[in-house]
Amino acid sequence: MIEIKNISKAFNGKVVLENVSGIFKKGETSLVIGASGTGKSVLLKCMLDLVEPESGDVFFDGREFLHISENDRKDLRREMGVLFQGGALFDSKTVHQNIKFPLDMLTKMSEGEKNDRVEFCLHKVGLDGTGPRMPSEISGGMKKRVGIARAIVMNPKYLFCDEPNSGLDPLTSIKIDELIKEITDDFNITTVVITHDMNSVLSIGDNIMFLYKGKKIWEGDSTTIMTSSVKELDEFVFSNHALKKLRGEYSK
Amino acid sequence: MFDYLCVSSFIIVYMLKLLGKFFIFLNELFTRRESAKVYWYRFLDECITIGIDSVLIIAIVALFIGAVTCVQIFANLVSPVIPLYIVGNIVRDMTLLELSSTFMCVVLAGKVGSNIAGELGTMRITEQIDALEVMGINSASYLVLPKLLAAVFTFPILAIFSGFLGIFGGYLAGTLTGILTPEQYIYGIRFSFIPYNLTIPIIKSAVFGFLIATISAYKGYHTRGGALEVGKASTAAVTNSCIAILIADYLLAELLT
Repeated sequence: MIEIKNISKAFNGKVVLENVSGIFKKGETSLVIGASGTGKSVLLKCMLDLVEPESGDVFFDGREFLHISENDRKDLRREMGVLFQGGALFDSKTVHQNIKFPLDMLTKMSEGEKNDRVEFCLHKVGLDGTGPRMPSEISGGMKKRVGIARAIVMNPKYLFCDEPNSGLDPLTSIKIDELIKEITDDFNITTVVITHDMNSVLSIGDNIMFLYKGKKIWEGDSTTIMTSSVKELDEFVFSNHALKKLRGEYSK
Repeated sequence: MFDYLCVSSFIIVYMLKLLGKFFIFLNELFTRRESAKVYWYRFLDECITIGIDSVLIIAIVALFIGAVTCVQIFANLVSPVIPLYIVGNIVRDMTLLELSSTFMCVVLAGKVGSNIAGELGTMRITEQIDALEVMGINSASYLVLPKLLAAVFTFPILAIFSGFLGIFGGYLAGTLTGILTPEQYIYGIRFSFIPYNLTIPIIKSAVFGFLIATISAYKGYHTRGGALEVGKASTAAVTNSCIAILIADYLLAELLT
């Protein structure tokens, strides 16, 4: 379980996050949603200590993360896997080397064990046989899958995904969503997904947090989101033409 | 007067802040290091990128600069009382004291500096540095320290290489165009030779290597934005490195000679 308490962040005096609190439960896919510029990615970076928040705390299963020594934080980071928006794969390494990298740096496993683990992760994300290819030789969707494989290679307790569907076609987006959900269920981990994709919201959102202008103004799940009375959330959800049409059908 | 003081103090505070950030960045390189094995492999990789890949450009520049120096000295040596072997003598001193270290490092600031800043800047904007950080790896130390060590190690070797080729370039230009005989040139480069002068390009190039690697890495590592900012960081890395080289060159000239 991950708990965030009163996270606030401002850049050059402009408030981006204001006292955001919430709980992300184990075994659930928790989504942080909101329009562009509402502070979703900044919240994720604050949770990962990539951006230092002005105030607030983050707890991983009751263990404080932001205000501890660098060595303790390093230990805790080993329990996390992160999928970045563009995949963040190392250009100079092959797919296999990218996935093996955390094992090389952070474990004392033998070469054989590492290679087995890499093959297992590649199989898990449906990319058997792509190990020798370079990141520049694979598609955007495949890059995301490799990013997921690298994120889970250390067997993390916590998985963070920043806009996993950005730049992907609807079919690949659905596959990535299914993969994230499958990994969360199989490994029984705490998954936090930052997204503005309503497909993801409806298909994998066990728990959903809605941010608006840096504030959390709603929390619920994929069922209650459709019937919410919060005006800002309503506008966000039904900005999608298909959903708008669907609501029209319902109201008839 | 008051305005002048305000502006001066603002500039001084700004410069001190910048210097402070730079030293904090240098400190990061040496704290929370990874295992020596990791650095060893990365160091070897960087020696190839920074050192071996620069051999061709350094060879071309050194040969031509040596040749041009020889031709220019002869053209300006108008007095008939000055013996011709002095041409070789001046080529040797100019090459050893300035051209093989300072000039070579200004060229390398363009090649290596922009490469370091561009690489780190791109890694920053594509979140590769963030990916290293969330794995619990000190990204600054992992990425920059091997570059710094490789630059400090390979630049003196390149300086020796450049010095040799510079003098050889002078020999080719001098003898092939009939400016002086091979014997005169060889006599000139051996005439009143001070062995200590050989250490000067080695020390200077090591210092310049440190400056180029750290300044360029600092600029690249702290890039924010997109492709445009990566370009700006590369440009700033080269210009700042060149200015730092020239300042350090003057200070080293005072200290070493």
